[in-house]
Amino acid sequence: MTLKDLVPRRNGFRYNFAFIDEGVKKEVRRSLLKAVALPGHQVPFASPELPIARGWGTGGLQVTMSVIGPKDVLKIIDQGCDGSVNAVNLRKLLVATTNVRTTFDSREATVLQSRHRLPEIPLRADQIAVLQVPLPEPLRLVEPSEVETRRMHSEGDYARMWVSLYEDVVQNGSISLTSGYPVRVNDSYIMSPSPLPRWDLPLLHGSEHLTLLGAGREKRVYAVPPHTSVQPLEFEDMPFTVENFSGMTCARCGSSGTFLDEIYDEKSGQASRVCSDSGFCDLVREGAIPRRGRRAHG
Amino acid sequence: MGYVAVQGGVTAIENSQKLNRYLRLKGASAPLQVSQIMEQMGPLVDRVMSEGGLFSPFHAALAVKQASGDPTEAAFLLRAYRSTLRRLVDSIPVHTEEMRIVRRISSAFKTIPGGQVLGSTSDYEQRILDFSLAEETTETQQQAVTEFEAGLEDMHDLLEPVHFRKVVEMLRDQGLVPPVPPSPSGEPTDITQESATFPLERSGRLQMLARAETGGVLALAYSSMRGYGSIHPTVGELRVGRVSVQIPHPWRKASALTLGSVSITEVEIVASVQPAEDEARPTFTLGYGACFGHNEVKAISLGVLDRAMRSPSPHAPAEDQEFVLLHTDGVESSGFCSHFKLPHYVTFQADLDRLRTQRAGEE
Amino acid sequence: MDDGVLLSVRDLRKRYGPGCEFCCELTGPEHSTNICPRCGSVTAVNSVSFDLKEGEILGVVGESGSGKSTLVQCIYFDQDATHGEIRVSGHGNGDDILGLPRSTKRKLRSRLMGMVYQNPLRGLRMDITSGANVAEKLLEADVFHFARIRERAAALLARTEIPEAYIDRFPKSLSGGMQQRIQIAKALANNPPLILLDEVTSGLDVSVQARVLDLIRELQRELKISMIVVSHDMGVIRLLADRTLVMKDGCVVEQGLTDQVLEDPQHSYTQLLVHSAL
Repeated sequence: MTLKDLVPRRNGFRYNFAFIDEGVKKEVRRSLLKAVALPGHQVPFASPELPIARGWGTGGLQVTMSVIGPKDVLKIIDQGCDGSVNAVNLRKLLVATTNVRTTFDSREATVLQSRHRLPEIPLRADQIAVLQVPLPEPLRLVEPSEVETRRMHSEGDYARMWVSLYEDVVQNGSISLTSGYPVRVNDSYIMSPSPLPRWDLPLLHGSEHLTLLGAGREKRVYAVPPHTSVQPLEFEDMPFTVENFSGMTCARCGSSGTFLDEIYDEKSGQASRVCSDSGFCDLVREGAIPRRGRRAHG
Repeated sequence: MGYVAVQGGVTAIENSQKLNRYLRLKGASAPLQVSQIMEQMGPLVDRVMSEGGLFSPFHAALAVKQASGDPTEAAFLLRAYRSTLRRLVDSIPVHTEEMRIVRRISSAFKTIPGGQVLGSTSDYEQRILDFSLAEETTETQQQAVTEFEAGLEDMHDLLEPVHFRKVVEMLRDQGLVPPVPPSPSGEPTDITQESATFPLERSGRLQMLARAETGGVLALAYSSMRGYGSIHPTVGELRVGRVSVQIPHPWRKASALTLGSVSITEVEIVASVQPAEDEARPTFTLGYGACFGHNEVKAISLGVLDRAMRSPSPHAPAEDQEFVLLHTDGVESSGFCSHFKLPHYVTFQADLDRLRTQRAGEE
Repeated sequence: MDDGVLLSVRDLRKRYGPGCEFCCELTGPEHSTNICPRCGSVTAVNSVSFDLKEGEILGVVGESGSGKSTLVQCIYFDQDATHGEIRVSGHGNGDDILGLPRSTKRKLRSRLMGMVYQNPLRGLRMDITSGANVAEKLLEADVFHFARIRERAAALLARTEIPEAYIDRFPKSLSGGMQQRIQIAKALANNPPLILLDEVTSGLDVSVQARVLDLIRELQRELKISMIVVSHDMGVIRLLADRTLVMKDGCVVEQGLTDQVLEDPQHSYTQLLVHSAL
């Protein structure tokens, strides 16, 4: 029995296991190995077109397709939610071409693909996070040219990035960057953590798990290996802070130490807050885990 | 701008036109009906209406047929047709809050008052070539239609059309978006009746954008999204649907006469925070895009460009009004591009002469 | 390197063009050109050697096209020298630094040198504030404390007589004299032992020139920085420089104590320069 036998037929045609062909997988895996060896460094890869549109997760998808095996358990979320339309769509494609088990419980997943969030429960050493990245280049904030940003990374010439943060503080009183906050990885490269909220950045620092990041349209992959330092860029006298949810609790599970979405009721227009991590929220409601109080660090 | 066709080689031209017609018709397939294009090539018809600047699905579909599917050529036909039509009257401004929605989403919030209405979209289609489409027959067609309609709920007891409040209005209530500026006095610019001079005021800019070529505005908006000047856009709201077109009643004062409706796509982009001015506190900025027909990629691009062109310190191409507006009209750009196929041998002879002189001088 | 010598330049050359074996021989003051008749290459700097002592100001004088600006641009790594060696005392174990990789040269330059250009557009970024221009140098040297950056930038701007309020203004809204002062403040940011000044007062009004030159003199006396001052203006050289190099067509035709070179020029070209000075 081969991997391909696991894939159901579709209109009389059978795709390769995990859709992409072995040549593409090989190239992605080689690029990922290089990425893991050079934490935070963007490695180019061919990134051929997929049936999912560019900008909708083709990078993350190719990474998942290259690392997933028949025994893996897959969780896919978008903005923290398994039920989001795009997550549903990606899950359909992956299940149709791998037949793997899926889960909404982050504790059960071995491969977790996400757009713009990490789960509230920190991942373990046996779990891989795959993040979808729209714009992999953090220096794009100050420099549009790819040739120039590559040079800046290779020479460790990050002064212009820091100058833009200085100007930000002068103009706004503090660094006003929001999601996708630039971080320094392994005291070396400056990296974009994908559009994660600041809330999630402490989860990358010194993590037990491996994080792989894929940008399909821009054709780059990069990685943060376990136990690697990930430091948001900050001035020594102005420490990095996360989003402020003080005084707010989730209307569904009562937690106050999670990232909360602001939602408006469809009928009444009333505003309320709910956990962005819907899987976490459900586990609390089921009584499987305790609700979370205010987070100590941040 | 018009380019006069070359006179001469009349026979060649006639033969070329005959050849065009022959190539379109010589195959074994039955002639395309305009209704087939209207019904089964909606997005193409919508694109042509939006670039042609004329709302009429029939005429747009006819243009598509005549152009054998070339969208730029079809938009050209439609624009030329529009020039032959007499302008009778200007409509009353349309209130898009009253749009009869077929699709409505916001990326800014997970749920919104009135709800996210996915509607018909190819966004979540998996782009896998469907070979079964090569086997469609009128039977399979009828079957699919009957099955779908049987599953529809009975909507007859819905009395009032539902209107959806704008997401941007919600933000405005909280002061997070600037208040609506007072309408400029006087009539809006009409770009079909006067040529644009720069800086062009906003009604003129939005009109030019509305009938701009989709690929052109997409490329420039993409450059802005990728980092050539960036405005960090979020789609505050995208709505697609039909809006009524009304004119002031000819003799009943303060009354309006409804002529019909057009379908439009409207996008409101919420963009980067602008620093506080004077006593005001910082707010988000907005970008607006609207065009005929169901054209989402275009409308989002228009919203991004509307905001980019109002950048306080423009330096990227997408922020330069002249650069954006002068190079995104498909009829003009494709026309000028094609004009290079006209004979240029007189000007070229001058170039030959110049080069030969220079080379002789060097020896 | 000898004692007391900060910078040692040997056989520095800069050529634009394909180059051939005759370029150095067939160009220079004797040929009255820096363009090689055989291959058309421009020998902008043709085998220049000198030592700069600690705390010394070296003047480099010559007409346009003499190679004096190119010389300092090569020392500052703005241009890649075609040939030659540069040594700086206390750095790189007295080894040649021209051959080092770009990223190392960048870091070295940050610590060791400051540069002030004739045209502020080259030395300053107009799209960031004056304070940010100075901050950029500090950030290059890994100073990441906002208050300290702010304090140091404010102190430097004050020292170069720029009003406090201008720290958050953009250089393009300030006068030419102010822009030069910002450049000087920026050059001083990391307390470098060497500052290069390339025609810094040409293009300024005479009264403004005088004040900027006074400032440079004061700073040099106070901080004991070594300087290389490039100018076509004899007056500037006389005012500032301890020793002077005279350049023509890429070569050094005469060098010595400024007083001697100006009072008693030996080379015919120097004589021409001195006697035609107003």
